[in-house]
Amino acid sequence: MDSELKPCTLVASIRKQQRNAASFVLDVSLEAPPGITILFGPSGAGKSTLLDCLAGLVLPTAGKIAIGENVLFDSAAHIDVPPQRRRIAYVFQSLALFPHLTVEENIEFGLGDIPEQDRRTRVEEILEAFRIANLRDQRPSQISGGEKQRTALARSLVTQPRLLLLDEPLTGLDAELKAAIVQDLRAWNIAKGIPILYVTHSREEVDALGERVIAIDNGRVVSHGAPMDVLDAPRRKRLAQAAGFENLLSGTVLGLREPDGVMRIRLGESACEIEVPLAHASVGDLVQIAIRAGDILLASQRPHGLSARNVLEGKMLSLEQRGTMCIARVDCGVTFVAHVTPGAVRALELAVAKQVWLVLKTHSCHLVD
Amino acid sequence: MNSLSLSFELAGCVGAILLLIGMPVAYWLAFSNWRGKFLLESVVALPLVLPPTVLGFYALLAMGPRGPLGKLWITLFGRGLAFTFTGLVLASVVYSFPFAVQPLMVSFEAVDRKLLDASALLGAGKWRTFRRIILPLSLPGVVTALVLSFAHTLGEFGVVLMVGGNLAGVTRTVSIDIYDRVQSLEYGEANRLALLLLAIAFAVLCLVYAVNRRVWAPAWMRWTAN
Repeated sequence: MDSELKPCTLVASIRKQQRNAASFVLDVSLEAPPGITILFGPSGAGKSTLLDCLAGLVLPTAGKIAIGENVLFDSAAHIDVPPQRRRIAYVFQSLALFPHLTVEENIEFGLGDIPEQDRRTRVEEILEAFRIANLRDQRPSQISGGEKQRTALARSLVTQPRLLLLDEPLTGLDAELKAAIVQDLRAWNIAKGIPILYVTHSREEVDALGERVIAIDNGRVVSHGAPMDVLDAPRRKRLAQAAGFENLLSGTVLGLREPDGVMRIRLGESACEIEVPLAHASVGDLVQIAIRAGDILLASQRPHGLSARNVLEGKMLSLEQRGTMCIARVDCGVTFVAHVTPGAVRALELAVAKQVWLVLKTHSCHLVD
Repeated sequence: MNSLSLSFELAGCVGAILLLIGMPVAYWLAFSNWRGKFLLESVVALPLVLPPTVLGFYALLAMGPRGPLGKLWITLFGRGLAFTFTGLVLASVVYSFPFAVQPLMVSFEAVDRKLLDASALLGAGKWRTFRRIILPLSLPGVVTALVLSFAHTLGEFGVVLMVGGNLAGVTRTVSIDIYDRVQSLEYGEANRLALLLLAIAFAVLCLVYAVNRRVWAPAWMRWTAN
């Protein structure tokens, strides 16, 4: 490996106070080593502002941005490298392909001052890597959504950037197409080894891409680590909502059973008790529990011989079909939302006011703080 | 030289000059963040609301042998500016300024800012971004600016009369010529010239609207137009 391929880590700490929205302050510190790092959070969390600050399109109020040894911004030292010279590639959500230029001209745009021979090699190489060589003479309006995304990626990467920023670039594509593009991106980055910051608010994308996740909410980094750690044990309520936890319940700790690694919780003011994984809590503490609607089983008779520790009796409040999924609301003293298939609705003869039993695995109940 | 070809020469000069100086002004108006921008905008739009005689009057004072512009011209070139073709061009440039600047400014402003950000992030400086992105995407605005300032100059009367007077072959434009002929009761000749101007004005406006409706635009432009 030659020196050009030396992997560099992005290290940034950014504080950005919006001039007109006094309440919102972006204040984050993050590190992104070579490879894909996902920036996850609900919309309005400050993800795009963060990318704009990194790219130099928005001036941070204070902070420091460096890629390896290379300082791009340092408010204390009055360093602010303009976007033209940051060598940061940025694929916007809108892609911003130049509508009057062909795919090939779009890709060549960033190679203005390099020798013709070199330029041709690099354009051909990237056209091949992103499988768009056959589209070279088409204009953006003539190609499909996925092809546009490939072109935008190729246009950014052909300039050999030191960092790639992706702002939800693959929204609106089906999963298969998305996976194919991500695979090509990964393949390209094996040789280049640059940090890639991938912004998304979709949990599916996090699962599909997952290496490292940085979760952002309300302008702050709320957790980081592997996707499982960050998303399956969400630390904050808003994040839990974003991550697809339909049930957010508050409860009181009744007792801890440390040898079993569990504790008993009473939900709300009801008589409803469930068993959840042990956490740092003491008897009488108020805790928040997050449960995915898809993790709840429904039974039309009281189930026997189950490993699941939580069986709750309740009454159907409503049943609503959405596409191929039915959303059931069940009153067990507190209201639960459960997802079942239309087939299950028929087999169990589910209907409003019918008596049902909910089954929850202990480890499907996640503590939120 | 007859009045018609003189008018065309004047309008051509003015159109070309306005395109050159209108672009930087329009660029600045479109992209500057200065809060006092409205001041320059108002100055640019002034000829739209001012009677041509007012504009012509001050242009004449400035260009006269004792006016600042006239004095400067005499020092530089040894001749006066008032009642000359050059003087007419200068006054017409001021008079038609908004007709060039406004279409340019509107079309520069209409370019998606994300494209400009993308261009900067790909390493392009301001000039390259202007040349490769803003200008090609503003082509209808450029055509409109050129055509409108040409047509507006072709039809002007008051300013020409104030600054240029009525010297055959030097400052007698077609609109003055029409006025002269009506005064001397040559209705037939006046009608011929008036009809010609009418036809030209109509053709020019057709051109402007067709360009802005992307009638002959290249295919990619039609697809991006809403």
